[in-house]
Amino acid sequence: MLRVRNWVLPVLTGIAMLAVWSLGFLSHAPNRIVPGQPLPLWAVASPAQAVALAILAVGLLATAFLQSGRKTGLVTGSALFATLLLILAAAATGSVALANPDVPAARTSLGPAFWLILAALALAFVDLAQQAGLSTRARLLLAVVVFAPVVGMAMLGWFDALSLAREYRARSDVFAAALQRHVFLVAATALIAASLGVPLGIWATRHPRFRARLFAVLNIVQTVPSIALFGLMIGPLSSLAEAFPWLRTLGIAGIGTAPALIALVCYALLPLVRNTVTGLDAVPAATIDAALGSGMRPGQILLQVSLPLAFPVILAGLRVVIIQTIGLAVVAALIGAGGFGAFVFQGLGQNALDLVLLGVIPTILLALACDTAFSVLAANGEPQR
Amino acid sequence: MITLAGVSKLYGGRRVVDRLDLALTDGSFNVIVGPSGCGKSTTLRMMNALIPADEGRITVNGRDVRDGDPAILRRGIGYVIQAGGLFPHWSVFDNIATVPRLLGWPKARVAERVAALLAMVGLQADGLARRRPSELSGGQQQRVGVARALAADPPILLMDEPFGALDPVTRHGLQDELKAIHKATGKTIVLVTHDIEEALKLGERIIMLEEGRIAQDGTPAAIVHRPANARVRDFIGGEEAILKLLAGATVAQVMRPVASEAAGASIAPGATLSAALAHMVASGHRTLDVSEADGRRIGRIGFEDLDPGRPA
Repeated sequence: MLRVRNWVLPVLTGIAMLAVWSLGFLSHAPNRIVPGQPLPLWAVASPAQAVALAILAVGLLATAFLQSGRKTGLVTGSALFATLLLILAAAATGSVALANPDVPAARTSLGPAFWLILAALALAFVDLAQQAGLSTRARLLLAVVVFAPVVGMAMLGWFDALSLAREYRARSDVFAAALQRHVFLVAATALIAASLGVPLGIWATRHPRFRARLFAVLNIVQTVPSIALFGLMIGPLSSLAEAFPWLRTLGIAGIGTAPALIALVCYALLPLVRNTVTGLDAVPAATIDAALGSGMRPGQILLQVSLPLAFPVILAGLRVVIIQTIGLAVVAALIGAGGFGAFVFQGLGQNALDLVLLGVIPTILLALACDTAFSVLAANGEPQR
Repeated sequence: MITLAGVSKLYGGRRVVDRLDLALTDGSFNVIVGPSGCGKSTTLRMMNALIPADEGRITVNGRDVRDGDPAILRRGIGYVIQAGGLFPHWSVFDNIATVPRLLGWPKARVAERVAALLAMVGLQADGLARRRPSELSGGQQQRVGVARALAADPPILLMDEPFGALDPVTRHGLQDELKAIHKATGKTIVLVTHDIEEALKLGERIIMLEEGRIAQDGTPAAIVHRPANARVRDFIGGEEAILKLLAGATVAQVMRPVASEAAGASIAPGATLSAALAHMVASGHRTLDVSEADGRRIGRIGFEDLDPGRPA
């Protein structure tokens, strides 16, 4: 008798099929301002692509009845990979077919169905990696295998007819600068927050009253909406720069990098201080007792025993900070800090969704890359403990 | 020489250690024993200034422990705690090398010393020095803890319930080894325990504490045969404590020279006196031959020899 053994993949496939049936896969508009006309998948895909996708969908639905195992995982993974390549190819050929040299202002964008399928695929890949119990290194390899053809297709110009690529081409010179700016904001925030947060955390473990007050303040900061915090920086900093003009030569003003960094650091302090305190609290009392009894001085105990033992927890805090700051830095563009957020707010202002995506997609990829880097770092650090 | 003169420790107005006077001679094996909360651990930790005394004076080799740098004082005193208290992020080698490195020994001398200590505590096996504490058994961890305390060859070893977290078999083995190490090195050892059996087995001198005061101070035999009061008698377990005393000594220590004729039953010289007693009861003989493994008779032991500390 047939028994359903796996719910995740069929449900995801069902969602993707529902999206294909009810939503546009591509969207075509005569110019950038007018809302586009949704085009379903079957209207843009070639007959071969459509048939192949239909077969894959049925196959993925059928995985519900398969016994999970190495072989099933391999087959399922290949099917998911083929689906990814096929929808990318459908988007590419579909957009090329829609392009008309007589109407240069016409735009073809990726529709909601495309994004939903992509999201379903991402979840399916994550679920598969989890079920297979892949090691960090194997996950990394899988990610490279999945991303490589996507990058390759983009570099070969397959997506050049899509509006997203045209937005990129129009701003390719500022794109690199935006990336640099975004990375700078994140790195500077992490560096400043770590050099403030770790000492604050160390101090807090030694002074309970200071600890209570510090956490009270940091918790309040965390509840302030980011847009409000960025806005709050404008007043004090601009009057400060007015009162002491030499500050302006250092780049401190009501808007720009300085207020953005201050606000980002304020948000970053709580995770860092909290993890430093948690990590140091978790150092066994017997270990400290043995260190003291062996004749170590307090500074030696901190540097040689307590901090190394707390390091994995502090690293986890830094990971949260970096991922969080990559997202928050987008909002910092509101007060002129630049970065990918600049594209987002320009796009919102011009009602150009693809320009928004040009800011959002690299932000997500940057966050994913940093998160992966940290899990590799954590996996390498583990056997040492 | 460690001396305590009128030493007290107060916690919230309560005297945990109450005007204690004590003089521990060089090379002696001292056990401080008593129920939990009697102040034994506090007393030990005051000796290396981990806890400051509120009243009185403590000297180690003539110097007041409050004078000078406590870190320097502690580097000259070995310190062993329950479950070893090893540094989990350091290898066995690095753990043992802690104090020599603090003292700034050259690399070669540290390596040489660590190798010698690993051999002394029976951990010379290949690759063990590179392992982390979490990869060792509880007994191995405690051996490393003892090796770490002995690393810089301090004249004094303070041990706070060192074998408390171990299973009985491992515990007895390590107790025997500690006795051997004491014999070989002549360190002044102060060991704190709540286990009277351990105290009777290891101590040359037993200091029994009760509510921060000395209830009785003497040799194991004196404590067993002449308990100072009813509470001490209860704590050591009444008359049965004699069996614990017998478990701490060997046949070889009390046997008499060979007699002419054989006694009928025999026992090895390394057996404990409690084993000899059990053998007497089981075999029905009041006298046993002491024989080596090859059957050669080297002495004899009688029922009346079992407890030399017994008052006549």
